[in-house]
Amino acid sequence: MYKVAVVGAYDSIYGFAALGLDTFPVSDVQEGEHLLRRLAEGDYAVIYITEALAADLGHELNRYREQVLPAIIQIPGVSGNTGAGVEGVKKTVEQAVGSDILFGDNQ
Amino acid sequence: MASTQVNPTRMELTKQKKKLATATKGHKLLKDKRDELMRQFLDLVRENMALRLKVEAGIKAANQNFVIARAAMSEETLHTALMAPKQEVYLESSRKNVMSVEIPAFEYKTRTADENDIYSYGFAFTSGDLDDAVKSLADILPDMLRLAETEKACQLMAAEIEKTRRRVNALEHVIIPEAQANIKYISMKLDENERSTQIRLMKVKDMMLEETHHYSEKEAGYAVPVG
Repeated sequence: MYKVAVVGAYDSIYGFAALGLDTFPVSDVQEGEHLLRRLAEGDYAVIYITEALAADLGHELNRYREQVLPAIIQIPGVSGNTGAGVEGVKKTVEQAVGSDILFGDNQ
Repeated sequence: MASTQVNPTRMELTKQKKKLATATKGHKLLKDKRDELMRQFLDLVRENMALRLKVEAGIKAANQNFVIARAAMSEETLHTALMAPKQEVYLESSRKNVMSVEIPAFEYKTRTADENDIYSYGFAFTSGDLDDAVKSLADILPDMLRLAETEKACQLMAAEIEKTRRRVNALEHVIIPEAQANIKYISMKLDENERSTQIRLMKVKDMMLEETHHYSEKEAGYAVPVG
């Protein structure tokens, strides 16, 4: 039985607590790094992370990219969408196809 | 291009031929695998993008609702209201095998039977906007989980496609041409050896005949005593 975690600045994630997801407010990068590692090794199958925090944890996220679990998914925070999530999808296309032939111009 | 040294022997030839056959078969299979993976990946990644745009729009709307709710309430009330969640989401994760790529499949369960049992507070001290905000977030939760599933699947498949593509290229441009060159080199060498053996035998035969019958002496006009 797995759980779902939401990581990011408190303002961006507190609403998810009401839905029954586990929220983990994080204020600085160092803390986020440790937390992410702890969550990934624990029984969390899906970890939602705000784009703002994910931008600082790029190398950490890459470690889990090719593992089946956990799935680390970027979500926009309260301060707005940085486009990093969409960028991530484009990057997978690039990795698979060689160049982004699907979403190259429509975004 | 026989860059690696091979012994021009029949055994080596058989070995190289076997290698070529395996490589060709493997190349065909891997190419098929790559094509099929790519087909499925393209479908999946389109879905991924659509889901992502939907979820991002949903979260943006929910965040706006939360900001409004926050404006109408004191910080403490809001914190208290969301402090002890009523609902809990559990995930059941199974694995699906798509062309030998393991991708996760999630099924989610909520702690209480009613999925909409999300309001962890009494309605007395909170504003109605908070209810809307929580509801809007709850509405996109299924899509968010679906997004997690597809996005992970896309990442795993992309990695596998990249790996498969490299293997196909290595077989096509290195292993197979090398085996072909080796086979050509060995068979030429063997043919050459065979020809030289043939010539040597012919030469030896000539010499032996010459010794017994003295053809060259006869031609020079000597009378040969008849036996």
